[in-house]
Amino acid sequence: MGLLLSILIRIHLIAPQAKIPLLELLSHTGAPGGVMSPEYYLSLLTMHGTIMVFFVLTTAPQSGFGNYFLPIQIGAEDMAFPRLNMLSFWVTLAGLVVLLAAFFIPDGPPISGWTAYPPLSAVGGASGPGEAVGQNLWIISIAIFCLASMLGALNFIATTLDLRARGLSLGRLPLTCWAWFITAILALLSFAVLLAAGALLLLDRVGGTSFFVPGGLIVSDKIIHHSGGSPLLWQHLFWFFGHPEVYIAILPGMGVTSHILSTFSRKPIFGYKAMVGAMATIGCLGFVVWGHHMFVSGMSPYSAFAFSVLTMAIAVPSAIKTFNWLGTIVGGKLRFPTAMLFALGFVSLFVTGGLSGIFLGQPPVDIYFHDTYFVLAHFHMIMGVAAIFGIFGGTYFWFPKMFGRMLNETLGKIHFWVTFVGVYAIFMPMHFLGLEGHPRRYSELSGFEFLKPLMGVHTFISHAAFVTGAIQLVFIFNLFWSMFKGKKAAENPWEATTLEWTVPSPPPHDNFAGRHPVVLRGAYEFSVPGAAKDYVMQDSPK
Amino acid sequence: MVALALALVVAAITVVCVVLFWTHAWWFPPDISTHGPAIDHQFMLTLVVTGIIFVLAQVSLAYLVWRNRDRGEGRKAVYSHGNNRLEATWTIAAFVLFVGLTFMGYHIWAGIHFVGAAPGAMPVEVWGQQFAWYFRYPGPDGRFGPTHVEKVDDAMANYLGLDRDHDPDSKDDIVTSTLAIPVNREIQIFLRSKDVTHSFFVRELRIKQDLVPGMVIPIHFMATKTGRYEIACAELCGLGHYRMRAFLQVMTQEDFDKWLANMAAAQ
Repeated sequence: MGLLLSILIRIHLIAPQAKIPLLELLSHTGAPGGVMSPEYYLSLLTMHGTIMVFFVLTTAPQSGFGNYFLPIQIGAEDMAFPRLNMLSFWVTLAGLVVLLAAFFIPDGPPISGWTAYPPLSAVGGASGPGEAVGQNLWIISIAIFCLASMLGALNFIATTLDLRARGLSLGRLPLTCWAWFITAILALLSFAVLLAAGALLLLDRVGGTSFFVPGGLIVSDKIIHHSGGSPLLWQHLFWFFGHPEVYIAILPGMGVTSHILSTFSRKPIFGYKAMVGAMATIGCLGFVVWGHHMFVSGMSPYSAFAFSVLTMAIAVPSAIKTFNWLGTIVGGKLRFPTAMLFALGFVSLFVTGGLSGIFLGQPPVDIYFHDTYFVLAHFHMIMGVAAIFGIFGGTYFWFPKMFGRMLNETLGKIHFWVTFVGVYAIFMPMHFLGLEGHPRRYSELSGFEFLKPLMGVHTFISHAAFVTGAIQLVFIFNLFWSMFKGKKAAENPWEATTLEWTVPSPPPHDNFAGRHPVVLRGAYEFSVPGAAKDYVMQDSPK
Repeated sequence: MVALALALVVAAITVVCVVLFWTHAWWFPPDISTHGPAIDHQFMLTLVVTGIIFVLAQVSLAYLVWRNRDRGEGRKAVYSHGNNRLEATWTIAAFVLFVGLTFMGYHIWAGIHFVGAAPGAMPVEVWGQQFAWYFRYPGPDGRFGPTHVEKVDDAMANYLGLDRDHDPDSKDDIVTSTLAIPVNREIQIFLRSKDVTHSFFVRELRIKQDLVPGMVIPIHFMATKTGRYEIACAELCGLGHYRMRAFLQVMTQEDFDKWLANMAAAQ
């Protein structure tokens, strides 16, 4: 859904008059005759961002893989609170239904982007299409999602702390578990703030309060009867959530990548403690850097500089992770199933996406790049595609355990190669659009002379997106085909070390069939001198 | 085979990226402000530092993938859990490099924001509304009159809600839809919004600053080259965001004086 919306966005950018019959079915007013209006472009953009950030990048790696594999990797039969878990799932689904309902109301989804800055998002229908009922649905959906995430986060924290098998000290936890654990702490603390901010915004809209709306505004010739609010307050609250959210999306990918790299390098992870320390540091610093989203917002320029120093400091643990991934490969004996390719792709994308952050973290440089395509390139590379490469890596790695069958490797490799080259073809040119000063969230290039020569770059990006989008169908086909027709998977097809590979594929309902595993060693004991094989399972006595 | 392919693809991507940046295939427009060269310099410094790291990291990844591939030989992987000395070295190096970069740009930010406009700077108000820009000059009295939201009347060209009949400071205020300024003179801008958040962006000036409802945000600059430049809105402000445009006209002082006199006569 999120991907499909991005394809529609890319079509509109290079052919604003293109007729897409499906769109007219969705909205007569937003796309009369199937031609997307500039405002409907913004609606789709808002929905793309919201679905991707909340319902994909937050949900899939944590709630999806985490719920399945955290208990097995720590030797537990289930999460600590199974009912809470189920509740979290259904509440998330309810949030998604409320969000998608915005497609089917007369004024359509909101146009204020996934960041929903007031007053645009706070003053009702006067500020634009979708800003009446659509924006209310958006806020309610996000509030529901926050609740679901907090329920899930509590469960992850309790499970990790209380249900570990005998012998599984924190120092022996797989890095995936560390990533899910730290992500859960971030989610618990940050979604609470977003929930509060959402409640205040809704009150401004329907309750007559003025948290975010100052006095003296006139919108579409209508005087707005609010006074005393501050639009910047929303930005502070939103980004207090929004920056940890970046790490909520990427930390599980880091955990999966570390896990896969070690497994297929047949080598212990390089610097286990440093890897855990780096994730914890990223988690802590993630709460004190939100102001770097606001360098040009009008907040105090003195605080901007303080936020800049902290932001640049967060590059340090990120650099440690990268060094240690490379260190893991050095001296390894690398195997290349598709899971490994996606993990290596993650490292490449993480480096590329991370380095563009060094520009944006410096206020004087950010002045020019803020809200341009350079920012789009940065965050899509790192919290978008790098995080999604983590999801793909995890899928190829754990599918055999989940379904008892192997994914088709040939289709997997086709999927990897096209996606890897494709995402670079899509997002690398966006840096150059940023260099040209191209603002983001422009539905057409026709409004400015300096944008018109950039149509060629947009055309290239759109075609790269069409190809990359299409190849995901191969992945989806592979998933369903392999679920029923794939080669039968053994208990431990990758010759990995952690506890999920000690149970049948797929695992029994209580994971260990009544057995209580005892952990005797760390998570990445590969190529141990003197061992019979090149891996030693965590519960193996020798 | 897979290792070699991956190494080559990563290397090829790296080369293409470097060539495109190196040749300035797409680049900034020429700078026309006194503070712009320092920003451009800080960008280039950052580009060189990150460019070297980018090439080293990607090439290392490509080489290591190829070098350490499983060739079906009898060797075992090295059994090692890391190296604390290496770990400490690159932690300290990364900290010094990245935090150092931001301190090197401190004086640029300080010059733009910590220091006020030079004495004698020419004041102009920049107003944003969905989806237009207005600019107000204070007139001979040097004072901006108050604005009244209930008096806003676009049909009567009273875009800002001035009460010229009763507010003496408003009488000589000049409201225009183009931002004209004299070259080589310090300009003091006050950014204000009538409705939602907008952002004042002139690429050639290397300036971007939000217009936040309820706030008056000052910025100052000096343009060094005459010409006509596009002013864009850089903060999502609604359905017409993509066409919220005005022009910055940088003129000689003589031309500017004539232009302002014509505008004053037309009020």
